[in-house]
This record gives sequence, C-alpha cells and structure tokens, in this order.
Amino acid sequence: MTSLATSTSAVEAVTDEAHGGHADLRLFGLATFLVADGMTFAGFFAAYLTFRAVNPLPAGSTYELELLLPSINTMLLLVSSYTFHRSGRNLLLGRMGPCRNWLLLTAGLGAAFLAGQMVEYFTLPFGLTDNLFASTFYALTGFHGLHVTLGVICILLVWFQTRNGGRVTSAAPFGLEAAELYWHFVDGIWVVLYGILYLL
Amino acid sequence: MTVASPNDFQDSLQPQGWLRYFSFSLDHKVIGIQYLVTGFIFYFIGGALAGVIRAELASPISDFVSRETYNEVLTLHGTVMIFLWIVPVVNGGFGNYLIPFYVGARDMAFPRLNAVAFWMIPPAGILLIGSYFITGAAQSGWTAYPPLSITTPALGQVVWIVSVLLLGGSSIFGGINFIATVLKLRRPGLKLMQLPMYCWAMLGTSILVVLSTPVLAGTLLLLSFDIVAHTGFFNPALGGNVVVYQHLFWFYSHPAVYIMVLPAFGLVSEILPIHARKPLFGYTTMVYSIMAIVVLGLVVWAHHMFTSGTPPWMRLFFTIATSFIAVPTGIKFFNWLATLWGGKLALNSAMLFSCAFIVNFVFGGITGVALAQVPFDIHVHDTYFVVGHFHYIVYGGTVFVIFASIYHWYPKFTGRMLNEDLGRLHFLLTFVGFNLCFAPQHWLGLNGMPRRVAEYDPSFTTLNQISSVGALLMAISSLPFLYNVLVSAFRGQVAGDNPWNALTPEWLTSSPPPVENWVGAAPLVEHPYGYGVDEDTLSLEAATGRDLWSGTGRR
Repeated sequence: MTSLATSTSAVEAVTDEAHGGHADLRLFGLATFLVADGMTFAGFFAAYLTFRAVNPLPAGSTYELELLLPSINTMLLLVSSYTFHRSGRNLLLGRMGPCRNWLLLTAGLGAAFLAGQMVEYFTLPFGLTDNLFASTFYALTGFHGLHVTLGVICILLVWFQTRNGGRVTSAAPFGLEAAELYWHFVDGIWVVLYGILYLL
Repeated sequence: MTVASPNDFQDSLQPQGWLRYFSFSLDHKVIGIQYLVTGFIFYFIGGALAGVIRAELASPISDFVSRETYNEVLTLHGTVMIFLWIVPVVNGGFGNYLIPFYVGARDMAFPRLNAVAFWMIPPAGILLIGSYFITGAAQSGWTAYPPLSITTPALGQVVWIVSVLLLGGSSIFGGINFIATVLKLRRPGLKLMQLPMYCWAMLGTSILVVLSTPVLAGTLLLLSFDIVAHTGFFNPALGGNVVVYQHLFWFYSHPAVYIMVLPAFGLVSEILPIHARKPLFGYTTMVYSIMAIVVLGLVVWAHHMFTSGTPPWMRLFFTIATSFIAVPTGIKFFNWLATLWGGKLALNSAMLFSCAFIVNFVFGGITGVALAQVPFDIHVHDTYFVVGHFHYIVYGGTVFVIFASIYHWYPKFTGRMLNEDLGRLHFLLTFVGFNLCFAPQHWLGLNGMPRRVAEYDPSFTTLNQISSVGALLMAISSLPFLYNVLVSAFRGQVAGDNPWNALTPEWLTSSPPPVENWVGAAPLVEHPYGYGVDEDTLSLEAATGRDLWSGTGRR
C-alpha cells in the first residue's frame, strides 16, 4: 500500500473547497430556458412564413396592416430596453432611488405597449377566425403579448423587491438581472415579429 | 456568490425513509428513483395497451375491441410508451441518479426545478389515462395529424394536448438542468473529455430537448386553437396547411428518437467496459459521434414525410442527410464491438441485455437506412415495416438498455444484487418474445399491411398470430423481472459497495449512497474506463481504502 502515493492516479481525492455550495447558475439556467422559448417563436415564425409562401389568402383579404400604431409600439419597447438597462446600472452602483424609478418607467412603457396592442386588436378589420393570416397574426402577437404581460408583472415584482429591506440589492441583483434578460429577449422577439408581420 | 445547499433543508423539513419517495424531495437520487418507478408503472400500463392491440390483431376482423376503442388504445400506447416511459426513464431516471455522481457534484444544478419537472409527470399521466375512462381518449395516434385530430372527438384530443404539453415542459426543465449540471457543475479539476460517456449522451440529448421540444409545444397550441376556437392553421377546409403541422411535429419528433436512444447509447457505454474489463474503445470518436448525431438529428425530420407531397429537392436533401446519420451511429457500433473484443466478458444479465441491444439496434439501424431511401420508403410508408423498424430501435434498442441498466445499477440503488438466474430467464423470454413479435412485422409491411388499422386482409393472419405470440412471451417475461426486482430489494444477496469493481465515480461510495453522495470529498476520476492498467488498480484502492481486485471482490 505504500506505493500508492506515487502512482499515476486514476482516482484522486482532493479537498472539497465549496462543500455543499456552488456558483450561482440561475442566470445560465434562465438563458437556456430563453433559448427554448425562442425556439417556440421560431416554430411560429416558420409556420407563418410557410403559410404565407404557399397558402393563398381568400379573395378580398390582404396582408396590409396599419403601420403607425405598431411602429410607435416598437419604439416603446426599444426605449424600455434602454430604461431597464439604466435601472440595472443604477442597482449595481447602489443608487436604489434611480434604479426603482427607471424600473417603474420600464413597466409603464410595457403597459403602454400592451394598451397599444389592445387598441390595435379592437380596430383591426379582421377577427381570429377570418382567414389564415388573421389567425396567425393573433396567435403570434397574442403569444408575444402574453410574454410582455408576464414581463410587466415581473418588473413590478422586482420593483417591490428593491424596496428598502427587500431581497434585491446591489449585492444580490439576481431578480433584477433575470427580469432584465427576459425583457431584452421579449423585445428582441418583437423586433423580428414586427419585421415579418408588419413590414414584409 | 454561492447559493445554499439543498441539504440545509434536509434535516427538518424533508420526510425520511420510504416517505421520501412520495415527497417533493430535492435529492437527485430520490428524484431519479421516482422517475424510474413512475416510468415502470406506465411501462406496464403501456404494455397492457400493447396486449390489447396484439389480441385484436390476432384475428383479421375487429372482434376483441371496437374500432374506435382500438384507435384510442393505439394512441394511448404510443403516447404512454414515448412520453411517460422511455423519455422520463432514460433521461430523468438514470440521468438524475447518475449525472451528479459523474460530474462529482452533490446534486443537480437546480434541485427544486428538478423536483418540479418530476411532479409534472404524474398529473400528465393521470390526465392521459383518465381521459379514456371519462371522455374517451384521443383517437388520432401519437402523431395527432390534422385533419384527423380535428375531426375525431375533441375533448379527448384536447386532454391529450394538455398532457403532452405538461410532459414537454417537464422534459425541457430536465434538459436545462442537465446542460447546467454537465457544463457548469463539474468538480474542480475534472475536464470535459474525462467525463463518463453518459454525460456526453445526456448533454447531447438535452441540447435536442431544449431546441426541439418547444417547437412541438407551439405546434400543439396552434392545433388546440384549431380544435377549440375553430381557427384554420392546419385545417384545409379553412385554408390551412396540414403539411406545415407535419414539418413542425417532426422537427420535434424526429429528434425525439435521439432523445430516446442517445441516453441508451450512453448507458450501454458505461456497462460494456465494466463487464468486459476493458477501456471504452475510441472515447474521442464516441464524443464526436454523439455531437454529430445531435446536429444531423435536427436536419432530417422530413424523411417522415416522403409521401406528403414533399418536393424533389427536399426528398433528395433529407435522404442524404438521413443516410449520413449511419456514419456516427456506425462508429459507435464498431466502438462497442471493439470494446468487447478480447475482453474478459462476464456474461451476466446486464451484459446479455447490452449485447442484445447491439444486435437489435444494428438491425433496426439497417432498416432505418433502407427507410431513408425515397423509392423504398414510398413502398412501405405507413405499413407494418415502419412499426417493426421503430420497435427494433426503441424497444430492441432503448428498452433493452433500460433492463441492462436496472441489472447493472440495482446494487447501487438498493445495496442488494438481483437474482442472476431470474435475470437470465427474463433476458431469454424478452429476447425471443421481442424478435418473435417484431421481426414478422417487416414481412407484413413489405406485403402491404397498413399500420393503425384494426382489421386486415386474412392472408396476413399467420404472421400476425406469430407476432401476437411474441407479445405474449414479452408479457410473461416481465413476471420474473417484477418478482426479482420486488423480492431482491429485501432478500437479495448483499452487494457491497462496488460489486462490479467499477471505476466510474458512482461506485466509489457506499451502496446505496449517502445523501451527500460521498462522505468527504468527491473523488477526481480522470480515467473512468482505466481497466486493465496496474496503476489505476492501485489508486482505486487508495480512493476507496479497500482492495477491490482480489478475493471476494471479483465475481
């Protein structure tokens, strides 16, 4: 047994420095989940583009959409990504007041986007089952709208958690960072959606 | 920063003893066993459904059950076997139990998410099975192709969709956990290319799960709108497109084949070296083969659709891409043979099932390459040839490996050995029954017997009856297995910590392992397949403090 110490070891015991603990992988996990979520959208986009390429619309229907409101909405979301970014920077610098204000502004922009979406839904000339394009339009924007709704709820939750004595602080920024990553993802999806649904 | 270990909560809040298995336990070993036992319950339910199918097909007319019931039964059989048996068992079951050991961790990366993923499965299974008794189950097969799934009774189909969405979600959560665990939770000093092969298999599988399962989820959402809200995505009568459904469905469901079979590749790569007492042959090529299968597996889906009006360029592309998969698969096949070659084989039950896996899988692989060729595929599409082919892959491949793995890791789970005589009887009955059941289906398919139909031309009777006898043998084969597994847990021969003298990390601790997997530090296993080398032998003694290579240690 004395020769063991010098042998080229296949199995070697070393001390377990971080016994029972490990690096925080929650953002990594969320990012992986967002890849999966993005694949759901990718499936929808592929379906929509194929429908558009091979299934002609019935006579009298059109792919044309009113552009003004959705363009304003796009701007709102893009600006909200910036405001969320400012909020995150302020959190890391420990400036909780500006951080929370930028958060509220972000939530407000998200809510304004949803309101704009509602107005658009009520003014559109077609309903869910009118034709293939109408169904796909509502499925895509609706699924995205659900994401935005969830995002606004998350932002308000984080806003609550950044209060004095809350669990999100500059030393423990996970809640805000997760919401921010998710929000940028939802904004990115919208840009693609806007491109293929409204501009194409 | 670090997060608190789940074990901090273990003492006060978690139930102890057998009650753990009925709790929201965060211990990866408990969750692994939960997956395994739940999976086996659904296996026997799915097997009973297969029994109904084979009983019905023993005669050319639909006399055993009505045609509608037959449709429900075959839909449930496919869905249960894929989503509730094979995927949870080879991924969730063995994955959760083994992967933390293999990476040298004390648990998975996200223990709570892990428990959530498991507890999504029982409700989904109860919904699916319950729909048969309450509303009538779905009748459109596990593929749920529209317009069939839109025109058959809606309630059963919607329950089916909800159930599959739950199971898909469970699968995605599991996949995220495996990716994080393999990539980020490795013990300091352990390199990727030192991991046991099952880690690579689970990494590849989880990439497929994360990339493809969401597409199925989205597709099924659209299908549910077609059923509930009368949209027309996949309804030609409303201007929709059924082929788009097929594309999206197979974008998940072809990778699903690899989600079912890649973990089996990994498991068999663990079992063969240990019982052949040789290093795994061609480790590096094995790793690259898995990754090649992952990439190719994502771009071959339309070979399921050669008769769906696919244009010629698409047929050409998907034929070539599919044929390419034979290359990495063939590399793995020859690597397993080379691992066995010249080894000191212990032909126990685990090894018998593993070797039979190689035989069955190469047969299923050859018919798979044949099916990838358009002219041949058009001839046998939707016939029993396809049924025979995929049962050779999924049953002859994966299920044989699941049995091999149960015989191999049962001592680790329970600390007791399974009875070898019963194991060999189980193997013999399964192997004969399986081949008797599924080999004749290739002839039936070549002669034109369509799948998914309760009645058939009387000229097919003899071969169908042979197939049904094989199914009966398979049913009987589960009796010695069940008896063995249930009784050995209490009366089996005490196994000791490392009955196989294995070098992979899960054996370098007690059997069953302590809650924290190792007392003290996790061992650093740099050569998990270092069999037959003197130094490795010695240092194994160093790590375990016991002489594993002489006397009673070697079977």
